[in-house]
Amino acid sequence: MFSDIARKFCQVFNLFCCVHVFHAHVGQLHYVVGPSMFPTLNATGDLLFLERFSVRFQKVNVGDIVVACSPENPRVLICKRVLAVEGDSISVLPEPYAQDAAKNVLIPKGHVWLQGDDPYKSRDSRHYGPVPYALLQGKVQLRIWPPHSWKKF
Amino acid sequence: MAEPAWLLAKRSATAALLSITLTDIVGNIARTHGDSMQPTLQPGEKNLLGFLKGDIVFFEKISAAAYKYHRGDVVVLRSPSDPNQWMIKRLIAMQGDWINVPGSYEILQIPKGRCWVEGDGGNISLDSRTFGALPLGLVQGRVTHKIWPPHRFGRVERVFPKGRVMLDDEV
Repeated sequence: MFSDIARKFCQVFNLFCCVHVFHAHVGQLHYVVGPSMFPTLNATGDLLFLERFSVRFQKVNVGDIVVACSPENPRVLICKRVLAVEGDSISVLPEPYAQDAAKNVLIPKGHVWLQGDDPYKSRDSRHYGPVPYALLQGKVQLRIWPPHSWKKF
Repeated sequence: MAEPAWLLAKRSATAALLSITLTDIVGNIARTHGDSMQPTLQPGEKNLLGFLKGDIVFFEKISAAAYKYHRGDVVVLRSPSDPNQWMIKRLIAMQGDWINVPGSYEILQIPKGRCWVEGDGGNISLDSRTFGALPLGLVQGRVTHKIWPPHRFGRVERVFPKGRVMLDDEV
């Protein structure tokens, strides 16, 4: 009887390990809510599929949508678009409606510039500066839910 | 003929999945290769084989998941200037604390979600004195023990940085 319980336990543990390895190293589903990426993503919530390989092998390009740990609170994940990578110089409008207050920012080594698609509603690199690349968690590839707005990014 | 090979493949895959899961959730080992944490951790001399230089430490990730760090812990973190490089430093201050920047009269408050790390080695360490306060999301685990070389085996203690940090309610 104990060997049956032990075998069942091993099977469950095996399944847990498979799920964890997929979730942490291949890809994961993420439910993203918030207005900062409007109109690309819905403010009421989208189920997105992220993949981890691009981040692990540093194949994140300008224009990709990524999910990262927030530099202001490590327990919170943020979903923004990469507008610049290390070495780029980007012209930033600190306030979206003050066109003549643009300033140039040089992105330091190992950092990226994250910005939401809706500049009025997004709290992003314009507020907390360039984000270290090591905080990126995954690149958004697909929108799965709502089903009528299936999309590959 | 095919069966033992299949069994071997299945067992190897299970072992690989198990070890990946354990090193992600429980803890992992890391080798030091710089002077920045002397005298707590030594970089080691070259031996005949050319490897196994440097102290090997065990760091645990269970407290990392909840970000339960304390001032004075030795932590493993990913470098902000190179995502493939990892650093071992001591956590000196957390968000909201006031810290005296070494080498100047400046006092600054650590912003929300960030922390200040320094190596025990003083000036030879590349740490928050160069990078500034780092996001806490870069910290991957807390070093608990030195496991190699055997004559330096032991716990790595939490040393509260006396005289460096003022907590927000003391200011």
